[in-house]
Amino acid sequence: MQPDSAVSVPTESPVVRGEADVPAQRPAGPEDGELVARLRQGDEAAFARIVTSWSPMMLRVARGHVSTDASCEEIVQETWMAVIRGLDRFEGRSSLRTWVFRILTNLAKTRGVREARSVPMSSMSPFAPADEAGPTVDPDRFRPADDRYPHNWTPVGAPVQWQPGPEQAAVAGETRRLLGTALQDLPERQRAVVTLRDVHGLSSDEVCAALDLSAANQRVLLHRGRARLRAVLEEYYRATGKVTS
Amino acid sequence: MTEDTRRPGMTISCQEVVELVTDYLEGELDDATRAELEAHLALCPGCDTYVEQMRQTIEELGHVPVDTLSEQAQEDLVAAFRTFHSPRSPGT
Repeated sequence: MQPDSAVSVPTESPVVRGEADVPAQRPAGPEDGELVARLRQGDEAAFARIVTSWSPMMLRVARGHVSTDASCEEIVQETWMAVIRGLDRFEGRSSLRTWVFRILTNLAKTRGVREARSVPMSSMSPFAPADEAGPTVDPDRFRPADDRYPHNWTPVGAPVQWQPGPEQAAVAGETRRLLGTALQDLPERQRAVVTLRDVHGLSSDEVCAALDLSAANQRVLLHRGRARLRAVLEEYYRATGKVTS
Repeated sequence: MTEDTRRPGMTISCQEVVELVTDYLEGELDDATRAELEAHLALCPGCDTYVEQMRQTIEELGHVPVDTLSEQAQEDLVAAFRTFHSPRSPGT
């Protein structure tokens, strides 16, 4: 092992991209002080765990600022290198995760500006695009204004329970595949917010900070994206007849 | 009941509920709206199912496969960590 090459390798190494069934997609636990202590003691396993656990989320955050896979990977690798180098100076005023996150977003924003990405998340139009306005459920599913129960579900419009539930083994593979595809089809800003919130488990505050969104805007994007994904599952159940009625 | 649209749960329509569901799940509704929405869910199987399906959708999104760094890139980072933080040769 050549120490010098080990240090310089990460930003230059060929990176193969792949789907990872990461066991800990969700944020790490609150044992922050202990984690930092372990890292400072040189606990490689602890470091490897947070790299495995946090890198997928970090790649997705980077994606909000730059446009290529290669740039995203380099940003994440640079972030980890900065963490390695700065660990001894980390003062613990925020959680380790928040600190890593801040390094990441700073690097990603700087890189995004440098690459002059055509439509960065941060330069949002104050006017909502067409796909961010209007009802999220087909208005025809509700009774008209002059009905006895105005704007309530019609008998055929009301949602029916999904059987078996999407988490059941019989359908889970298919529902998750469908959701993965449907996520890719969402408008970029909705996709970014829903993926970070619901796939990677970031908090709303973290998503707002990472993507330069207001809390209200984050919620609108989350709402529209989730509603669309629910509708995709609903369509799957309707088409396959897997519903109670 | 038919005319009593001021009854708890009836001052809000299903079409309004589906647009409030995210604010509800995010805990962003004021107390009065939240109470009204919950009263509506208790009365309305359609909306109750809608909210449940939103929860199911969110839950399943947590299982969608994600991209990550390659094994090699992760190993390189661990090697770099070792160089800086080895217990035997303290870093810079």
